[in-house]
Amino acid sequence: MSAKPFIDIRHAAKSFGMLEVLHDINLQVDKSQIVAIIGPSGSGKSTLLRAINDLDPLTSGEVWLEDMQINKKLPTRLYEKHINQVRQNIGMVFQHFNLFPHLTVRGNITLAPKMLKDMSEDEANALAVDQLDRVGLLDRIDYYPSQLSGGQKQRVAIARALAMKPKVMLFDEATSALDPELVEEVNLVMKQLAEDQMTMIIVTHEMGFAQDVCDRVLFMDQGYVVEEAAPEVLFRNPTQERTQNFLRKHLQGQN
Amino acid sequence: MGLDFTVVPAFFDKLLLGSLWTVAITLSAAVLSFFGGIFLAVIALYAPAIIRWPFKAFSWLFMGTPLLLQLFLIYFGLIEIGVDLPAFVAGVIGLGLHYAVYNSDIIQAGIQAVDKGQYEGARTLGLSQFQTIRKIIVPQAVRSVIPPIGNNMIALLKDSALVSVIGVTELTLTSQLAISKTFRPFEFYIAAAVCYYVINLALEAILRRIERNIQAAR
Repeated sequence: MSAKPFIDIRHAAKSFGMLEVLHDINLQVDKSQIVAIIGPSGSGKSTLLRAINDLDPLTSGEVWLEDMQINKKLPTRLYEKHINQVRQNIGMVFQHFNLFPHLTVRGNITLAPKMLKDMSEDEANALAVDQLDRVGLLDRIDYYPSQLSGGQKQRVAIARALAMKPKVMLFDEATSALDPELVEEVNLVMKQLAEDQMTMIIVTHEMGFAQDVCDRVLFMDQGYVVEEAAPEVLFRNPTQERTQNFLRKHLQGQN
Repeated sequence: MGLDFTVVPAFFDKLLLGSLWTVAITLSAAVLSFFGGIFLAVIALYAPAIIRWPFKAFSWLFMGTPLLLQLFLIYFGLIEIGVDLPAFVAGVIGLGLHYAVYNSDIIQAGIQAVDKGQYEGARTLGLSQFQTIRKIIVPQAVRSVIPPIGNNMIALLKDSALVSVIGVTELTLTSQLAISKTFRPFEFYIAAAVCYYVINLALEAILRRIERNIQAAR
C-alpha cells in the first residue's frame, strides 16, 4: 500500500439546514481497491458517494483524488472548469441508468469523448465498439435505450462511463432498480472491472456481492460510519449492535 | 345574382402564387419561432436575472398586444427610426417573434419535464452546464413538445393572413385583388379558404411524419 491514498475523504460533513446527513466522515481508498458502502436508506451512503464527484457538495470537509482536491473553493467560473475536468476522471453509474433516450447506444457512449476529448468520429466509434464488447453488448450498438432491458441499459451505462477512461468508478445502487434475474449480468460486468484493477466505490444492497468482490465494507447509519472492516469480518462478526441489527433484518428479508 | 365559380380558374395562377407566398412566409416564420422559442426558453430558465428580465419584458410585450399591431409597428413604425424592412421580412419577423413567445412557454414546460437524472448523467461525464442543455436537455424537451408546437404552427399558418395588411401578396391579399377586379367576393374567399385548407392538410401531414420519426428515440 502506498503512503498516500488514491481517494481521500477528510472530515466530510453535510447538512440541509438543521438536518445533518453526514457527520465527520473519513474514508481512504487505495488504487485498485474496492469499497462497498452499505446501510439502511437515509443513512447518507448515496450522499457520501455523490459528494465524491461533487454532485452533492459537502458543507465542510475535503475530497481528494490523488494530488487534486475535488471540492476546492473557487470562484464560480473557475470552479465549473475545474469540476468538469475532474469529473472526466470519475465514472458514475446510477440506479436508474440515466441513459440519454434520444441517442442510440453508440451516441450515448461517443457523446462525451467527442465533445470533451476532441475525438474524431472514427476514434470515438472504435472506442464505443471496445467498451460495448467489454460489457457484451456489441450487437446492440445501434439500438435506442428504450429497446433494451434494464440489465442491458445498466451495462451500456457502465460502458459509457468507462469510455471516458476514468480512474475511479462510483456505483450508486446500480442493481437496485433491476428485476432479480437481471442483477447477475450487471454484477458480472462489475466483477470483471474488479479483475481489471479498477478502483471502485459501490453503494449497494447486495450483501453477497459486497462479500465476494470488495476489499472493505463500510456500514453507515444516520450519517455516521458505524463500522468499517474487511467483508469477512463485518458480515460474520460485526462488533457494533447497529450493524448486527441491520444485517439480521437484511438477511431475513432475503430469505 | 347567383354564385358563379367559373370566374375563379382565370385567377388560378395568381392564387397558386399567393399560396406559395403563404407557404414561404409560414415556413420562414415557423423556423424563426422554433429556434426563437428555444432561445427564449433557455434564457428564461437558466440565464441570470439581469439577462432574463429584459427578455421576459419582451415576451410580455409580444404576448399582451395584438399581432396585427405588432406587424404595423415593425413595418410602418420602424421606418421612423430608419429601419426600412421589405414587407415580407417584416411579416416573417412579426409572425416569427410572436409565435416564438408562445413556443417558448411550451418548450419551458418540456425542459422542466426532462428527468433530473439526465442532467446528472451528463454532468458526471464532465459536460458543462451549457453542453448539457444543448446536447441532452433541449433535444429531449423539444421532442416531447412537438405536438403542441405543431398546433402553434397551424395557428401561425392561419395568422399569416394578417400580413396581407402590410402588402405581402400572399393568399388573402391575392384573393382581395381578384375580388376588386371581378366583384365576386364569395367565390374568391371560398377559393382562398380551400387553398388554406389544402396547405393545412399538407402541414399536418408533415407534422405527423416528424412525430412518427421521433417516436423511436424517446
